[in-house]
Amino acid sequence: MSPSVPLQEMIRAIRSARTQCEERGVIQRECAAIRAQFRQSDNGGRSHNLAKLLYVHMLGYPAHFGQMECVRMIASPRYSEKRVGYLGAMMLLDEKQDASLLITNSIKNDLSHSNQYVQSLALCTLACMGSAEMCRDLAPEIDRLLQSSNSYIKKKAALCAVHIVRKVQDLGELFVPAARSLLSEKNHGVLHGAVVLITQLCERNPETLKRFRKTVPDLVQIMKGLIISGYSPEHDVSGISDPFLQVRILRLLRILGRNSESASDAMNDLLAQVATNTDSTKTVGNAVLYETVLTVLDIKSESGLRVLAVNILGRFLLNSDRNIRYIAMTSLQKIVGTDHNAVQRHRGTIVDCLKDQDASVKRRALELSLALVSASNIRSMIKELLLFLSSCPPELKAQATSGIFIAAERYAPSKRWHIDTILHVLTTAGGDVRDETVPNLIHLITNASELHCYTVHKLYRALLTDISQQSLVQVACWCIGEYGDLLLKGECQETEPVQVSEDDVLDALETVLQSHMSSSATRGFALTATMKLSTRITDNVDRIRSIVSIYGSCIDVELQQRAVEYNALFKKYDHMRAAVLERMPLIEKNNSGNTNGEATRETLTETNSSKVAQEERVPPPPQQPAKQTYDLLDLLGGASEPLQQSPAAQTLPIITSSSAGGDLLDLLGGLEPTPAPVTPAPSATVYEKDGVTLTLSCEQQSDSSLAVTLTATNASQSDISGFTLQAAVPKSVQLNMNAPSRDSLPAQGAAQLTQLVMLNNPNKVNLKMRIRISYTRQGSAFQDMVQVDSLPGLGAAGHT
Amino acid sequence: MIHFLLLFSRQGKLRLQKWFTPLSELEKKKVIRDMTLMVLARPPRTSNFLQWRDLKIVYKRYASLYFCTGLEEKDNELLALEMIHRYVELLDKYFGNVCELDIIFNFEKAYFILDEFLMGGEILETSKFAVGGSVEEADTLQETMEEYMSKPAY
Repeated sequence: MSPSVPLQEMIRAIRSARTQCEERGVIQRECAAIRAQFRQSDNGGRSHNLAKLLYVHMLGYPAHFGQMECVRMIASPRYSEKRVGYLGAMMLLDEKQDASLLITNSIKNDLSHSNQYVQSLALCTLACMGSAEMCRDLAPEIDRLLQSSNSYIKKKAALCAVHIVRKVQDLGELFVPAARSLLSEKNHGVLHGAVVLITQLCERNPETLKRFRKTVPDLVQIMKGLIISGYSPEHDVSGISDPFLQVRILRLLRILGRNSESASDAMNDLLAQVATNTDSTKTVGNAVLYETVLTVLDIKSESGLRVLAVNILGRFLLNSDRNIRYIAMTSLQKIVGTDHNAVQRHRGTIVDCLKDQDASVKRRALELSLALVSASNIRSMIKELLLFLSSCPPELKAQATSGIFIAAERYAPSKRWHIDTILHVLTTAGGDVRDETVPNLIHLITNASELHCYTVHKLYRALLTDISQQSLVQVACWCIGEYGDLLLKGECQETEPVQVSEDDVLDALETVLQSHMSSSATRGFALTATMKLSTRITDNVDRIRSIVSIYGSCIDVELQQRAVEYNALFKKYDHMRAAVLERMPLIEKNNSGNTNGEATRETLTETNSSKVAQEERVPPPPQQPAKQTYDLLDLLGGASEPLQQSPAAQTLPIITSSSAGGDLLDLLGGLEPTPAPVTPAPSATVYEKDGVTLTLSCEQQSDSSLAVTLTATNASQSDISGFTLQAAVPKSVQLNMNAPSRDSLPAQGAAQLTQLVMLNNPNKVNLKMRIRISYTRQGSAFQDMVQVDSLPGLGAAGHT
Repeated sequence: MIHFLLLFSRQGKLRLQKWFTPLSELEKKKVIRDMTLMVLARPPRTSNFLQWRDLKIVYKRYASLYFCTGLEEKDNELLALEMIHRYVELLDKYFGNVCELDIIFNFEKAYFILDEFLMGGEILETSKFAVGGSVEEADTLQETMEEYMSKPAY
């Protein structure tokens, strides 16, 4: 057995190893020696051995064989061994290990040890890795220690109590009286611990919060004492007396003052004093000011104080220190919903921060800029954002593009501007836009009928320059297909006229079809566009016919199917070709105000989120049930839409069946939901949190189809906007979500949102549903997921 | 509450790790790897704050060591910078002009000092002198070899 070397010699040996292999060798030898030493009887080197093992553990090597040794050392009466034993317990044991239970007894004994340093070891270990059972066992001991006369022990007991409350919420009640009395301590350490404990208790339990509101005057007093007290060498940091305690008190005041007029009044003066008197040249002063600002903005403060707070944030924004700018923007983000105008004043500075080199600052600036876009500043803001987009770091591109789209949609001053903006985004960052942009843009273009000519010219030009941005190419192909005749006419009021011949257009489309850069979906778009042009041009129909027939033997199944169908259209149904390929009708907005594009977007996102095999999904044509016309053109008008979307959506085959009319109408008949049974649907509340309630009710429509209605209400004090629901179901179940009745939920249940979900369960599997809820409240986004394992009323009504 | 405190060198070698939430060994290793990659990749003269999963990461470089800590949403980042600075000052006072080697060779002392300054993810003692004083006093309790051998084992 090689002799074990003391800790430092071992460290030296490991560090002098020149290669990883050599290091591993040294460590293996050492570990073997340590293991042997553990088995031996006492030889005076046990604490050294454990320390060596802990060092090896820190380097990343396994050290689980030391766990029992830790347990033994903790039980030893020698202080050195206890010290290292407890350190080892904190490093090697956690609540998931069984060995941790074995030290509960040692900790219990050490908590009543005569020596305060032994007690402190036990307290520290309990606070670091105490499991819920240990906490329950030892809570009364901790409460007793909270009332001891020793400040050293009291402060440690306070933080230990904090850990216990975190682990076992019910035990909070136990500590309330002790916590209250600790506030009258003079020792800063104890005071700090008391404030942290009270904060923890108030956060967990609203009842306790109400009781502690009475302590606001005491806290104000303590705080005042800190501010006006003279220089205290042990607590001073750059002129601020005990900033750690100040910040914690401010945080507690924030929690106590929230939603309480009286408490907020009591602290107004103090907050004003802190805000004006704190020196902001050093980070520490800014830390206190930051906490003050957060408190002022969160409680029911008077308007003068709020203005002061926002001004401080404005000053922060101009600070040369990047850290300060970063946190200023973080705070402004929180209040942009409520104090919008105040934040608008600083818009210029925020937009400047978009150009900062620091990626963190850029991210914050982007989020804040997007929140600040309004009808009055839309043009200049979008200009800045587009500039940002060209030099944006890749991880922010997706966020930037979708933000720009949302803003443009909400505040676009004119349709032409809107289209220009979207085109600009697509040319700059087309690769990073989300999939639903393409149908949205197509919808927008269709509706801007006066701009068709302008749009198609612009898109054609964009297509000629660059065919690598898939979204742009898809939209361009679609437009050229639809409005190719306008393109060929040549003249256009909005942009300079350019002579485009039929051959040029077909060349462009063929380039897209043949390019290796085009994705499968894009080529689908191009092929359909080429086909549509057959009715819009006069000379080169043969060329189109030949292109189409070539693709009839394409390896890509999707393209092949299309080409074959188009070929059939040429050969057997030539009389119908003109009618089939006619200009698309204006896509109607449905009753609830959501666009068709959005409804299909929901279908698409659910397809992605439910991860159902694509072949099994058959999305219905995006016609709303309100649309009653069922003739041939509308069906195809609707059916062509899914054709152009991302490959995730399966398309309804267009007239592949040789028989026309009759079959199609039957298909439509099948899609219409059968009348619901008369019995009222039972409902169940599936989600309730933060005032948002979601109930679910089911009605069996037929043997395998089910209509599920989701109803959401908002009982909280603040409005909710952008409320969306997404649902996922087991694999063989087909899901179709209709558009929701509204997308915002006003506070206090003023209105409710309903959304109908149709489920088709042909294999009669056990129906479960996972619903994701996302909304924005007070400027911050919120998301949650709930799993519904059994749908209510399935066993009852509708049993055939 | 802070979730962890890590010290690592410019080469990514870990010098100290303190965890205030229960994580498995695998999860700890993942966090360490992510932190070292993220922090070491930061160019100079950028802010000291990062966003990682749902935690705010605050890091500061002192000579050859990076001090990296993970905070919760409600915590004050600027105060965390002050906290890191206070810990460095405490180490400096105890070791006298502390350098990375001191922390390597006396890692257990670094932990003892940390345990007197932070506990359960919160600051325990705000006084500059009290922490050093407690650790020194506790050091005096450590037995000499004779005292050690004269006491029973367990």
